[in-house]
Amino acid sequence: MQNPYLPYPVRIEEIITETEDKNLKTFKLVFLNPDDEKKFSYKAGQFAELSVAGKGEVPIGIASSPTEKGYLMFTINKVGLVTTTLHCMKPGDIIGIRGPLGNSYPWDILKGKNVLIIGGGFAFTTLRSSIVYMLDPANRPNFKNIHVIYGARSPGMLLYKDELTAWESRDDINMHITVDGTDDPEWKYNIGFVPTVTEQKAPPGNADTYAIICGPPIMIKFTQPVLDKLGYCHDNIIMSLEMRMKCGIGICGRCNIGKEFVCKDGPVFTLAQLNMMPKEY
Amino acid sequence: MKIIRINKENWADGLEKLKRSYRLFGPVKDNNLHVFKELDKGELPDCSYFNTRLSPKSIIYPQSEIMLEYELDESKEDHHILKEIDTDYSPRAVIGIRPCDAAAFLLVKRNFDTPEYKDPYWIKSYEATTFVGLACNNPQTTCFCTSAGSGPFYEKGLDLLLVDIGDYYFAKIITLKGENFLEAAGWDTEADGNAEEQIKTMKQKAEAKIISSIATDKLKDKTTTDLFDAPFWEEVAFACINCGACTYVCPTCWCFDIQDEVNGYSGIRMRNWDSCMFPLFTLHGSGHNPRSTNMQRFRQRFMHKLKYYVDKYNDGIQCVGCGRCTRLCPANIDIRKVCNLMNGYSA
Repeated sequence: MQNPYLPYPVRIEEIITETEDKNLKTFKLVFLNPDDEKKFSYKAGQFAELSVAGKGEVPIGIASSPTEKGYLMFTINKVGLVTTTLHCMKPGDIIGIRGPLGNSYPWDILKGKNVLIIGGGFAFTTLRSSIVYMLDPANRPNFKNIHVIYGARSPGMLLYKDELTAWESRDDINMHITVDGTDDPEWKYNIGFVPTVTEQKAPPGNADTYAIICGPPIMIKFTQPVLDKLGYCHDNIIMSLEMRMKCGIGICGRCNIGKEFVCKDGPVFTLAQLNMMPKEY
Repeated sequence: MKIIRINKENWADGLEKLKRSYRLFGPVKDNNLHVFKELDKGELPDCSYFNTRLSPKSIIYPQSEIMLEYELDESKEDHHILKEIDTDYSPRAVIGIRPCDAAAFLLVKRNFDTPEYKDPYWIKSYEATTFVGLACNNPQTTCFCTSAGSGPFYEKGLDLLLVDIGDYYFAKIITLKGENFLEAAGWDTEADGNAEEQIKTMKQKAEAKIISSIATDKLKDKTTTDLFDAPFWEEVAFACINCGACTYVCPTCWCFDIQDEVNGYSGIRMRNWDSCMFPLFTLHGSGHNPRSTNMQRFRQRFMHKLKYYVDKYNDGIQCVGCGRCTRLCPANIDIRKVCNLMNGYSA
């Protein structure tokens, strides 16, 4: 019997400090046993339980793309016991990983469609995975127009800055980077909150256009009416939720919304699905 | 179905014989209350009991259970790598479990044994266990098993059903596991032809003693969000102090927490029973809590048992009617009342 609680051992290959407040770090992980990497076959939008012996586990969205081979990437906010321990670790240290867990963004439905990605703050990790996945030369023909609206408090709080710059210069993706405010005279992108930029820059909704939203509750709350106004139907608005989790496989009982477990039946739900569920998240 | 007659004078000898091939668990009196525990040599189960205060779920699913172990000393090979532990899954038998409590394991099994994931700890324990039930001749006023999908002589979930006739037991064989158990004990006297009829009469008598019931017929057709937003929750939850006693004693509550514990350089990962009554159960790292109030946690417990479970598995409620939560609630909250409110509610 396969034990779903037993993590695969991985080595921390590299740690990158992402933001000016130093509270977000990206960890590149490499499997100790190459066979485990084959078993860990994932899709953009899934997450994993990172496991620190002696401290515990923490559910984190996978920031690398399935098209990037040889390593996994996670961007981690320093919040509690396990994430603080991770922030104090160094390359070469051994941790564990369980997964991939949860559903993913609905890639079979998104095929052949326009995709609008809306992200805020540090909830850009599985969105990065999705963008890298869609921009892969083998996959790009499978999608029509790709728009990305990504906002952070300030330029220094944006994740993956080098990649954002590289995507800006491409003509097969429409980037709309924004910050809440900045006194940087060199800042050449948008200034304003994500809902406002969405209203100005997002393509209109139709049957062939899907929006994927990840961000803090306040951003989602004010972006949703904008998408309604733009004509997005609730089946075409896709969201990824967060919950306190332990097992990650729908057994330990804490992350439910109604009868759905965010860890196993989610974390990705359409707004149409969420409308049928209790408002308890 | 074959019925064996066990004379009580052969009871103790048979049990001692069984202890050679099974770990035996049974109800024993401990500080005036009955609990299920492993029977020592010479120790007999006390089958005169009504029911135990705690359900026997811990025999399959211990309150604290080690899952994995690891070594933190960096000079050792494989340090910081989590490993499986050796656990005793040798054959065990629970003697004298009430039919409602055995049926509860079938409801819980759906959670631990899923098409996608198998919980090895729960499944291996469950599969190693022979369930020897003791029919309830004298149900209590808080019992409502007959309207909660089980009953005082309910057989599903059991391998063997014992019926206490006075000087002897009838042992009704339900599964091959049950048959093997009797063989190991050396109990092989077949009951006479009237036994089946006698058990049937006693069953009817016991069922007639159950005076309380719940109505569950309309739960399935209710809209989840209507029930969730129903106005009665504030009032029925008002007295609840979120002590968690109901979840602790319940045979069908399965939620757990996972924690690491370290002693020197060696550590374990363990799971412990947890409860939806506690605020920490759902508290996010950010400080946000989707179930931050008493009422929300109270509502979760009842919605889970009586609506979410019903919708998820389409085979009844997540309750067997043992009545423990009602008997032990310090605030007199009664699941029968809440269930009937939910079943009768229209938005």
